[in-house]
Amino acid sequence: MSETGRILVDTATRLFQNIVTPNELARAEAGEWPGNLWNAVEELGLPLALVPEDQGGFGIDPVEALAAVRVAAAFALPLPLGETMLANRLLAGAGIDSPGGALSVAPTTTAGRTAHPLALVPENGGWRLTGVARRVPWGGKVSDVVVVAEAAGVPHVALVPAGRFDVAPGNNLAGEPRDDLTFGCLLEPSQVAPAAGVTPEGLHAAGAALRSIQIAGALARVLEMTVQYASERSQFGRPIGKFQAIQQSLAVLAGQTAAASAAADLAAEAITAPVGDHRIAVAKARTGEAASVAAAIAHQVHGAIGFTHEHSLHHLTRRLWSWRDEFGNDAEWSRRLGHAAIAAGADGLWPMITAA
Amino acid sequence: MTAFTFPAPPPADVEGLRAEVRDFLATELAARKPRDRARSWSGFDADFSRKLGERGWIGMTWPKAYGGHERSALERYVVLEEMLAAGAPVAAHWIADRQSGPLLLKVGTEEQRQTILPRIAAGECFFCIGMSEPDSGSDLAAVRTRATPVEGGFRVTGTKLWTTYAHKSHYMILFCRTGSQEERQGGTSQLLVDLNTPGITIRPIADLSGEHHFNEVVFEDAFIPDSALIGRMGDGWNQVMGELAFERSGPERFLSSFTLLVEVVRALGDDPSDRAREAVGRLTAHLVTLRRLSRSVAGMLQNGENPALQAALVKDLGALVEQEIPEIVRGVVSVEPSLQADTELAAVLAHTILNAPAFSLRGGTREILRGIIARGLGLR
Ligand SMILES: Cc1cc2nc3c(=O)[nH]c(=O)nc-3n(C[C@H](O)[C@H](O)[C@H](O)COP(=O)(O)OP(=O)(O)OC[C@H]3O[C@@H](n4cnc5c(N)ncnc54)[C@H](O)[C@@H]3O)c2cc1C
Repeated sequence: MSETGRILVDTATRLFQNIVTPNELARAEAGEWPGNLWNAVEELGLPLALVPEDQGGFGIDPVEALAAVRVAAAFALPLPLGETMLANRLLAGAGIDSPGGALSVAPTTTAGRTAHPLALVPENGGWRLTGVARRVPWGGKVSDVVVVAEAAGVPHVALVPAGRFDVAPGNNLAGEPRDDLTFGCLLEPSQVAPAAGVTPEGLHAAGAALRSIQIAGALARVLEMTVQYASERSQFGRPIGKFQAIQQSLAVLAGQTAAASAAADLAAEAITAPVGDHRIAVAKARTGEAASVAAAIAHQVHGAIGFTHEHSLHHLTRRLWSWRDEFGNDAEWSRRLGHAAIAAGADGLWPMITAA
Repeated sequence: MTAFTFPAPPPADVEGLRAEVRDFLATELAARKPRDRARSWSGFDADFSRKLGERGWIGMTWPKAYGGHERSALERYVVLEEMLAAGAPVAAHWIADRQSGPLLLKVGTEEQRQTILPRIAAGECFFCIGMSEPDSGSDLAAVRTRATPVEGGFRVTGTKLWTTYAHKSHYMILFCRTGSQEERQGGTSQLLVDLNTPGITIRPIADLSGEHHFNEVVFEDAFIPDSALIGRMGDGWNQVMGELAFERSGPERFLSSFTLLVEVVRALGDDPSDRAREAVGRLTAHLVTLRRLSRSVAGMLQNGENPALQAALVKDLGALVEQEIPEIVRGVVSVEPSLQADTELAAVLAHTILNAPAFSLRGGTREILRGIIARGLGLR
């Protein structure tokens, strides 16, 4: 990691450690927008971290920029940081000026439901955007939403300010807003542009990459918390971490965490790759599985205290249980990957693995 | 943030080498059926090893002065993974290339290096590992095989067990006791044992598929000269631990069942069920991830770091996947495993089922590896 990247991670770690308090998490979960947290994030310049330097960004490697998302996830930062970074990148790619502030991206497909596809048609020198985007992260909280929609068969990026769509609020298991947005609005010419190389499917993959990275970040913290708890909590006259059964469970947790971390690295490296690069599928499939195994172990080791609302473990585990299913769950991405592997054929499987 | 970091594998321009290895294997292995390919790193073929030696693909990272080729750990990794994925018979030279050679390079005497390493690199000198004993498997520090100092060398008495390919090897690296039993780790040393030495008897042990890979090796007052001592007297334990990092992280720790995965993909054909797609995809995701972790360890070894902890982690994760593959295959195709079957899938499945229990035993059991990981987490 470069010097800049390391400084970014250290700074973000110190910041989130201090500002993401249990109170902030509780208030955010109750539906309040944590404006002061957002201001701190903006002050660090994180929203533009994925934007190329010549377009006002940091000029750092996407992998390093996304390391900040990992750290944010480790502290359960209740903000659409990754989504904003991604939205700004999409806007920059399409040559649309970023409005600043917190942004979101509209997923194009959601588990079990075919979204009413978003469509753009020219109207009065501008564009009419119609359709429904489901379970948009923080969709009802952010100042603008970025969507990718087809206009005459060509993917376009559109910037839609809050107030131009109807919001049906929803939540994930961790109480993060996941809102259904219904569009039927007119947009200015300056708010719509052909998406350079980005398709709805590409956006879905980028979202999956973000969630993989977040899962890896949260798991690192879950491991840390669980190991610490095991060395502090005593039963039968010694710390539970001295019991071999607990040690073996924690070793499994460490293994899953390491695997998730490596898989998330693949996703970070691939976030700007063209659709069809298998690394994001690998990452979402592998991190989703790791999240399931790890969350179960973390709760087992924490005993009843970890099952309470008072304890902070659930801020991470409920996110893990949500993130593994967002932008396609591990089963969906495994199927896609398996489809490609089987299509590559018996003799193409290994070349496919080494190319990833 | 995490207790264990796995740095991104160092960039390496290896695609040219990979293509070269693939070409070579396509020719060399053309006649090898899947059921033979499934044996890869238990497949012993001295001719094949000699050809690899000629190609410069053994001892790749060692100094040229000792017959090596001064290539990077990542280049070595590519050669190895291509061999294993293709099911090449690597067993003959494999242990020497992976751990015995590097051990001699690190702590061996100049004479040992000069006489042995070039022969290993040429694919003409094979090694076995004499660590386990009847009463010391996981508890390696309990070894009893004793080397008693005598005029000009040692007299060795004791029994080594599960010694893979002792019957076809030239040398054994013997882990033995040169101090008292009470000293445990401190009283151990390593000797370079010529297996033609009088007083050594090698007896076959059939594994559960009935094949002969490993052996019991009995030492009865065998005389081993002073010049056979590897490294320092009493330093055996530390040396062995260093060796194990080489033994635990490589692609052989997650590719043991790879031929079976290849054959099931072949059998699934054009119209796989969603369940089959999901299963194959999941395993692919695991393998890609393991490869990254494993290459990361290769990078650390290259930098002279000691990734013993990371290696234990890779082996534990790898063995899980290797052992899952036959179970998953059973879930997506209906086939009765049989070593004598006409179809390759059934034969490969049979071989893999019968060998899978070893994957989490050899090179350190699952429980021992997890104990190492727990120690790394600060729990012990
Ligand atoms: C195919 C194969 C090839 C091999 N090749 C070689 C070789 O070439 N050279 C060589 O030296 N050895 C070789 N081995 C031996 C191998 O290294 C040992 O089998 C291994 O170290 C385990 O020892 P053991 O079989 O005595 O089991 P044991 O140590 O008796 O263990 C039995 C069970 O108890 C568990 N156990 C033991 N101690 C503990 C503990 N402290 N905490 C928790 N659980 C524990 C183990 O995990 C295992 O589940 C080979 C083994 C196999 C299967």
